Order: sequence, then C-alpha cells, then structure tokens
Amino acid sequence: MTEIETRDVLAVNALSVAFADRDAPTAPPRTVVDGVDFHLGHGRVLALVGESGSGKSVTAMSVLGLLPANARVEGSIRLEGRELVGADAATVRAVRGGRIGTIFQEPMSAFNPVLTLGAQIAEAIVTHHPRLRRREVRARSLELLESVGIAEPLRIARSHPHELSGGQLQRSMIAMAISSDPIALIADEPTTALDVTVQAGILDLIRSLRDDRGTAVLLITHDMGVVADLADDVVVMRSGHVEERESSPALFAAPQAGYTRELLRAVPRLGETAARLRSSEPLPAELSAAAEVRAARIEYGGGWGRPAVVAVESATFAIRPGRTLGLVGESGSGKSTLGRAFAGLVPVRSGEVLVGGIDLARASRRELRELRSAIGYVFQDPASSLDPRWTVGDAIAEPLRLGSDKTPRERRARVLELLDAVRLSESHLERFPHELSGGQRQRVAIARAIALHPSLLIADEPTSALDVSVQARVLDLLADLQREFGFACLFVSHDLAVVQELAHEVAVMRAGRIVELGPTERVLSAPDSPYTRRLLAAAPVADPAQQAARRRAWRGLAAEADPAAGDGDAA
Amino acid sequence: MSTTATTIDLEAVPARKTGARAALRKLLRDRAAAASAVTILLFVLAAACAPWLTGITGQDPYAYHVDLLDGSGVPLGFGGGVSATHWFGVEPLTGRDLFSIVVYGARTSLLIGVAATAVSVVIGVVVGITTGFVGGWYDRIASRGVDVLFGFPVLVFLIALTTIAPSWLPRPLFIVLIIGLFGWPGISRIVRAQVLVLRERSFVAASTAMGAPARHVMAAHVLPNVSATIIVVSTILVPGMIGVEAALSFLGVGVVPPTPSWGRTLGDAIGWVQTDPLYLVFPGLALFIITLAFNVFGDGLRDALDPRGGRR
Repeated sequence: MTEIETRDVLAVNALSVAFADRDAPTAPPRTVVDGVDFHLGHGRVLALVGESGSGKSVTAMSVLGLLPANARVEGSIRLEGRELVGADAATVRAVRGGRIGTIFQEPMSAFNPVLTLGAQIAEAIVTHHPRLRRREVRARSLELLESVGIAEPLRIARSHPHELSGGQLQRSMIAMAISSDPIALIADEPTTALDVTVQAGILDLIRSLRDDRGTAVLLITHDMGVVADLADDVVVMRSGHVEERESSPALFAAPQAGYTRELLRAVPRLGETAARLRSSEPLPAELSAAAEVRAARIEYGGGWGRPAVVAVESATFAIRPGRTLGLVGESGSGKSTLGRAFAGLVPVRSGEVLVGGIDLARASRRELRELRSAIGYVFQDPASSLDPRWTVGDAIAEPLRLGSDKTPRERRARVLELLDAVRLSESHLERFPHELSGGQRQRVAIARAIALHPSLLIADEPTSALDVSVQARVLDLLADLQREFGFACLFVSHDLAVVQELAHEVAVMRAGRIVELGPTERVLSAPDSPYTRRLLAAAPVADPAQQAARRRAWRGLAAEADPAAGDGDAA
Repeated sequence: MSTTATTIDLEAVPARKTGARAALRKLLRDRAAAASAVTILLFVLAAACAPWLTGITGQDPYAYHVDLLDGSGVPLGFGGGVSATHWFGVEPLTGRDLFSIVVYGARTSLLIGVAATAVSVVIGVVVGITTGFVGGWYDRIASRGVDVLFGFPVLVFLIALTTIAPSWLPRPLFIVLIIGLFGWPGISRIVRAQVLVLRERSFVAASTAMGAPARHVMAAHVLPNVSATIIVVSTILVPGMIGVEAALSFLGVGVVPPTPSWGRTLGDAIGWVQTDPLYLVFPGLALFIITLAFNVFGDGLRDALDPRGGRR
C-alpha cells in the first residue's frame, strides 16, 4: 500500500468544495464537490468524467488553487506528498505551471490576442527559469513547439493567435504547459472545441507525452469516446459525488454503477447497424421533394474591390417529406451557411434553393415571409436562441402571432398543445429561459420551430451544446415529432454518430463543397471519398479496444492524406 | 415511442433571481447608490414643493428686500444675511431670498435636465437601434453624422443659436430642444454597439427566420434587451444636461431673468466672491450635490442591473 502511495503523483482525499452565495452571505454554502477521492499515478491518464454540473472542472481547478474567493475547500490534495489545501501563495504559484501544466478548453481564448505565441511561451519559460538568457529562452521555445508536433516552429512563434488554426493553438498551449517539465498535466476538455480530425491528433500528442515523458495527466471530459481513446483510469462523477472509480477497460466492459451504464447507453455509437430513430416506411417514389438545393453558390463579403469569400459552392441535394438529410462537416465547411440559406437568412449568389417548389433566392419579400412559416429552425445554442426577456409561452407563440391570424385564446391552446408535444408541462409556460435546463430550453426552441406545421425543419447542431443523456432525449423527440408531423428535416451536425441515428441520407461537406452524398448506411459503412473515410476514422468511439484499432486505421489514413505535414491540422 | 421521451421533462432548476425587484434590492444594498437615490428624491420633492417650502418663511424668489443691504449692495449681517427668515441669506444688490432662488432654481435645472435627456435618449435610441440593426448604407451615413456631431464645438454653436432664437418660443423649451438635439450622439453610439452584439444572437435570427419584419424584431427583441443600458446611460446623462443648462445660464444665454437658475446665480456670484462668498456656495453646492448624486446613482444602477452581479 505504501509503495503505491509513493508512486502517486497526485492524491486527492475526501475533497469537498462549497460556494457561499454572494447575494445571501448568511445562507449555508452550496456544496458542489462532496467527498471526492482519486489517485493519479506516474505516467497514467486519469479521466474525470461527468455531465455539466457534476463538479469535475471545480475539482480540477481546486488542485490548481484557481477557485473564486467565495469557495471553501476541505479535505486533502497532495502533489508528490506535499499538501496543497491551505498551502501559502508561493507554494501554490510554484505548483501552477511549474509542477502542474494546464491545458484549457478554448485555445482561441486562452491566448492573449495582442502578443505573439513566441512571446507567450517565452513568458511561461521565464516565470519558472528567471535566469535563462534571451537566446536560450528562444531556443527552448522553438524546441518545445517542435516537440508538440508543429512543423514550422519559427513561423508559429512569430504569429499572433488569430493567424493560427485551433489545432495549432492547442498544440502551442500544450508546448506552454510542458515548458517547465511538469510532473502532471491538467487537461480541461482539451479537444471539445476542436474538429474530430484535429482532436485525434491532439489526443495522440497527449498520449505521447504520457509515454515518452511519464507525465501524469488529469483529463476532464464529458466525451466517452475521448475517455476510451486516452484514459487508463476513469472516475465517473455526478452532482459532486464519485459514482464509479475503475480502470478504463474494466469500466467500458462492465460498468458497475447505474449512472455509468446510463451514460454509456446514451452515447450514440458509430457503426451500430440498428438505426433506432429513423422512420423506415417506404415513400411513394413520385413524391416531390420538400426542399431542394441546386448548384447553389453562397459568398460572403466582396464589393469595394475586395474579393468575396466563397462559403458554399455547387451544392445540390433534395430532401423528401418525412425524411432527414444529415449535413456533416467540420468547422468552416459551410454546412451551417447552407442551413441558413434554407431559411433565407443568407443570400444565395447563384443557383436555386427551393422550399415547397418556390425559389428562396427569387421570392419577393412578401412571398419570402409567407414561405418562412413553412420552415422551422432550431439553433445550436438554446441559451442564445430564446430571448432572455420572453417567457416560454411568449416565445412559442411568436411564430403564431407572426404567421397566423389566430386569436389569443387559440394561440394559447396551440402553445399548450406544443408544450405537450415536446413533453413539457403547462407549469413551464410562465418561466423564463434562464429558469430552464439546457435540454428544456432546446425543447422550447423545437416547439417554437414546429408551431406552424412546417414542411421543412432545419436543425443546426441542435444537441452539440447539451449533455449526452439530454442529447439522446432531444434526438428521440425530434424523431418522434417527424414521424407524427411528417416534415422534412435538414440536420446539420459535426457528429457522425448523431447523424447516423437520425438521418436517412448524408451529405458530407468540406471547404464549401459536398464531397459525398448518399444513403446513411452506404456513406458510413463504405464511403467513396477519402475525406469521409478520414472523418469516420477520426471520430472516437466509446470502447477502448475498438478505439485502439480505429486509431491505427486513422493514423494510416492521416499519413496517406498529408505525408508532409504529419500533424494533419495545418490552417 | 421510447419511455424516456414520453416522460415529461420536469427537471428542477433553481430559479435565479432577476427582474426589477431583485435589481431594486441590490441597489438598496449599495449604500452610496441608496444615499444618492434619497438625495435625488429630496431635490425632486423640494422642487415640486417649492412654493410651500418657501412659504414657511413667507418668501418668494422675486420680492426685493433692499432694507437688508448696506449702501454698496452687500447684504447686512453674517454670511450674506443668513437668518431665520432668509435661510441661505439674500442676494446682493436686490436682497431677494437666496433659499427661494435655490429651490426654484432646482425646478429649472431638473426640468430642463430631465426633458433634454428625454429628447436625447429618444433620438439616440432610435438612431442607435436602427443603424446597428439595419446596417449598410444607412448605418454608414448616419454614423458619419454622429461623428460630425461629436466633433462639433457644441457650446459655441449653442450660444450662437440662442441669439437667433424666435421670440415666440419659450426660452426653457428652446433650451431643452437645443441641448437635447445636440446631446444624443453618445447614447446612440453605446446603443448601436450593443445592438451589433445582439444582432448576432440567434434569437434575433430565429425571429427573422419565423418571418418577422425588421420593425418587429427591433421593437420586440432588440429594444427590451438594451433597455437596461438605456436606463443607466440616461441617468448618467441627466447631470450633464443640468450642467449644460447651468453653463448657458452662467454665460448669460440661458434662462432669462427673473426665472431663477443656478447657472445664472453662479455667474452673478462670481463678481461677489470677495465680499459675499456664501452667495456662490449655496447654489454651487446644490449643483454639485445633484450632479454627484445622479452620477453615483447611475453607477449603482449599472451594477444592480448587471445580471453577473457587478463588482465585489
């Protein structure tokens, strides 16, 4: 037992964190982490897994002493045997960035936008090695950048954050985190903001740090696929408690806690044959398309002598009533722009976008307004798509007020019907969006989108801001509603596994062009396009053994596609 | 239908306190803001009850009391003639009651300050919301107009304008209009900046996608979401307007005598500062206190209306 303890890099015992309410100082503090224990060994990756509000990030921040002033921390956090809870400021500072490096979620906002990356990495080096000479610091920065797989360290060091891609920034952040040879790394959702193909590269890099340097990694994530890919041990957290503590293969093979089983069941899996959510009734062949796009080209900007940026080029596909087309691609592929074009929110430069046989690009203003009542739109972030000053009832009634001549009483009846359809109760009617959970908000947004019986529903990443268990329920709901109301659905997503559950057809977009289009089974099992193959291989699945095999396949494909760069995520 | 989907989603979420009542509670806990609110209230009350207040000692701001002055026009007695009947003393040369002048002056100052602010806020909000929301050519032209107004030597222009003011227009109304018409560029810029951010929020796109005309989106979604900012900026604008009115009256182009005005009294008092310093102090203090109170109150209001809880 003692032998094991001496090898622990980080030992957390009976950790509790409570926040005092700033508005009511006399009220009892709110406990967000309660009695958490875990041990992080040398050269191991420990994943703290949980949904939002589980306390996983607070736990990690308490290790770094980065909690706000109204937090009360109890219990013990030992780094290499030294107690950190209640330690003085100098000790904690030496630990931060010295013994523990940190990788944050948003590489775009974690860097200072007015300084070059070289300067920021140099600052990290100088903080912990104040005696180094300038030339030495410079050499060390470049060496670090090279060690995280950046092909042109000199160019990257001279760049400002906005000039680089998410993957390059995340690699630079890792270079900064390892600048003082830390014994442990805390990675807080390190790949959540990145595309899958970039994510695979970053996960590979973290793995190599563990293997080559023996760095211990505390990985905080909500993504079971990432856990399966990288973690050796897993701690599952829910509302501040540890639900299960297990080695990764054992956890995925035989989850013990009920919550873990639930969580794993909710994760959509790629490659499973049963598409449980799709309706499969055959359609009459002569049925015309509910929505169609023909050779559409969409540009941004332009004029004043500047060239326009092409967001979408020669896009062509059709969606039939009662069917779902999944539009898949990475960030910047133009998939959301195309979705917006179907709602008439962005102008189409050439080609046609037809909804119900009417061309949106050529419709008059009045026609367009009428046409819009036949289109429902569900946005990515329900927190932003509902007006914070409107109640749920008002929000759902807005399309009715705009697009129908119902009396207030009829509107109210319809709103109640819609609430029922999205499984919310009448008691939600007078609530404001901030009084609802993320899943409830998205239900309200869906109710609003289907209020006028649209013939086309556009869902733009409707679940990517939600937890997996909530995501599963929202997807169920969308499928049920489609079966009931028979609308055509354009489902825009970056997540192939989600698309597989819902879509009858898939269109894969890259850099504004559709590179592959076909029935879901065919595209996801036998893709024609090498890009689709890479995308499929890069998406991690929640099964360590299967994931290890997929990883090897991905490496092969990535090397094949881009043998020179190697890092696969150049801007 | 699967079982998970049929159950009604009744996940309990703690209700966060927002809205007017919570803001008021926060405001009252901020001592400086609460004190300035009380001060503003006292000034408004004093201005509203001016005839009654001055009636206590039987004074009004127009009656001459030459008997209270010495041969050279300086008030007799301590501190410019402070006494039980003349609480702030009397005006040199005329012997008019200074307390009455200050209290009636509050009427002029507050009325002109608030009315001019209202004019500015209406124009500023309309221009700010439309330019921010509509964008394009309209925004470019209107925003250049705002820039021009910003760079304009407003005070000089105002002085020049007063000389050509039509005589049928009551002077206070004229002053309200010209101060108000020149005071809106600041608020329009602030509102425009907020609208530019709001325009990118998806609830605005959602409303447009539902077929809402632009005026509906602006009135129903944009305006309510910038209202907190508008309230705060208005509060901070009032003392500025009071100051401009005082400055115009100080320079002798503001409210015409005998209507009491702090600015004009201050202008007159400069000449008497050696012989009767309190003549300067009383109206000066009144102007200082109300300006400070509005500024502190506006600051507190900004913190109270900020859902993230403000400072501390």
